[in-house]
Amino acid sequence: MTARMAAGRPAPSETEPASRPAVVEARGLSLVFQTPDAPVTALSEVDLTIRKGDFVSLIGPSGCGKTTLMRVVADLEKPTSGSILVNGVSPEQARLDRAYGYVFQAPALYPWRTIERNVMLPHEIMGQPAAQRRERARRYLDLVGLAGFERKFPWQLSGGMQQRVSIARAMSFEPALLLMDEPFGALDEITRDTLNLHLLRLWEKTGITVIFVTHSIPEAVFLSSRIVVMSPRPGRILEVIDSDLPAGRDLDARETPEFLEVARRVRVALRAGHSYD
Amino acid sequence: MSVAATTLAPPVRLKEGKALPILTVLAALAVVWYLGAVWLNAPQVRERLERAGQPWSATDLVAGTWAMERPVLPAPHQIAVELWDTVVDKPVTSKRSLVHHAGVTLSATLAGFAIGVVLGIALAIGIVHAVTLDRSLMPWIIASQTIPILAIAPMVVVVLGNLGFTGVLPKAVISGYLSFFPVTIGMVKGLRSPDPIQLDLMRTYSATRAQVFSKLRWPASTVFLFPSLKVAIALALVGAIVAELPTGAQAGLGARLLAGSYFGQTVQIWSALFMSAFLALVLIAAVALCERLVVRLRGGRP
Repeated sequence: MTARMAAGRPAPSETEPASRPAVVEARGLSLVFQTPDAPVTALSEVDLTIRKGDFVSLIGPSGCGKTTLMRVVADLEKPTSGSILVNGVSPEQARLDRAYGYVFQAPALYPWRTIERNVMLPHEIMGQPAAQRRERARRYLDLVGLAGFERKFPWQLSGGMQQRVSIARAMSFEPALLLMDEPFGALDEITRDTLNLHLLRLWEKTGITVIFVTHSIPEAVFLSSRIVVMSPRPGRILEVIDSDLPAGRDLDARETPEFLEVARRVRVALRAGHSYD
Repeated sequence: MSVAATTLAPPVRLKEGKALPILTVLAALAVVWYLGAVWLNAPQVRERLERAGQPWSATDLVAGTWAMERPVLPAPHQIAVELWDTVVDKPVTSKRSLVHHAGVTLSATLAGFAIGVVLGIALAIGIVHAVTLDRSLMPWIIASQTIPILAIAPMVVVVLGNLGFTGVLPKAVISGYLSFFPVTIGMVKGLRSPDPIQLDLMRTYSATRAQVFSKLRWPASTVFLFPSLKVAIALALVGAIVAELPTGAQAGLGARLLAGSYFGQTVQIWSALFMSAFLALVLIAAVALCERLVVRLRGGRP
């Protein structure tokens, strides 16, 4: 599969992918967790290049290491072997540079802070002036459709709204890279659809690079410019599928033949992963 | 984080129709107390009546048990009269004023509470941030609470007295010795209460340890701090009273208890006990009030 990736495909967009700078470059990346009974190989020989402006989904069944891969990018886990560069530097340096925003599976809001002060948290830590903190918080809450909720507390918001706050928080300090770990996994389908559309528009508007972990095929196909299909035990990359659905697409795009074709390819790749068992 | 599906009903303490059952229970307790006073005091009263040689009835006996000067168990109204006498009728400056004695104990309690809270929080911060301290301090902290306070109090008084510290400080130290423990235990738990995901978030921001503490661990621990403070302030009061016993204190609720037992003044002992119980209620209510204020500031739900 390494060969398949290295060979590459014709670029989906007008720009050659190689001409855009690499945001993430992983070579032979492996991670083994030492557990009391036996070592668990979470990632095995992962090669992956993610370029600026990509929307990359990592898809695969539970336990395939997709979250682990993203945590390695975020320097929340250390790889056992192989190399990885984020923005051309080590993940630790990238973290210290505050190069990315991270959206977790749960909103991870601090319950004692108002919505606005939750969004201001990274700005406080990064030592930005108070006026700018508030201005950014307002702007990004507005961007995720939560203007007017600044003074509310997290428990006064629904789960979907809380997750939107956490997205606003991750984007508010304007990192060039957004890492999203199954951010909509716990939400109902209707909310999820709305947030997917929201996220797609944000990505089109800002040109930010997004890495998105999911186990939903329609979600991955709808959002992504590239889909990385992974298989479990040991977690490895099966295939990287480029998707070139038209920009500005809405939820109806999920019924078009192009969409269904990409979804079919993802499904076939996922099934191939299971034949290893 | 759960989807916010909450009903925010205003806290109703005493719902309608609850007053009668509560009063009934209190009345039953009073009846039991009066009967107990008769039962415990009757032998002495009977002896006195028989010595007098006059014919006496059961009414005389019962009335006698409720009006003794040094009863085994004083009746509630005797304590009420003594409390009224020493709280309202005596000027606060008088040595016989219970308010004066309560004030002396209160000052030691508050000083001890302050020592306990500062020490307790400092220990918890150290334990949470350094594995070495966790391993080395925790066993000693637990062991410290298994030693009876009555055994330690005289030593503390002697040592501090030698160093030239007398008055409120030795009492405050003993009081703090009792009250730091729940604060440490509660705060260790509270400072460790943030979810891994909340800690990961801080890591993605490259927050310093001090920032993780001030923006996450400390605010997260408040929920655990206040229950600990309620226990701690009650223990601080116990510590202050106990500290007054071996120090030969001239004033304070502990001194009142001691003097009462020297002279068999059971009514005085009981009224001092009631005063300390009342003091504990007021102190705990004050902590509870602070808690409600803090909770309200932080969005109405801890």
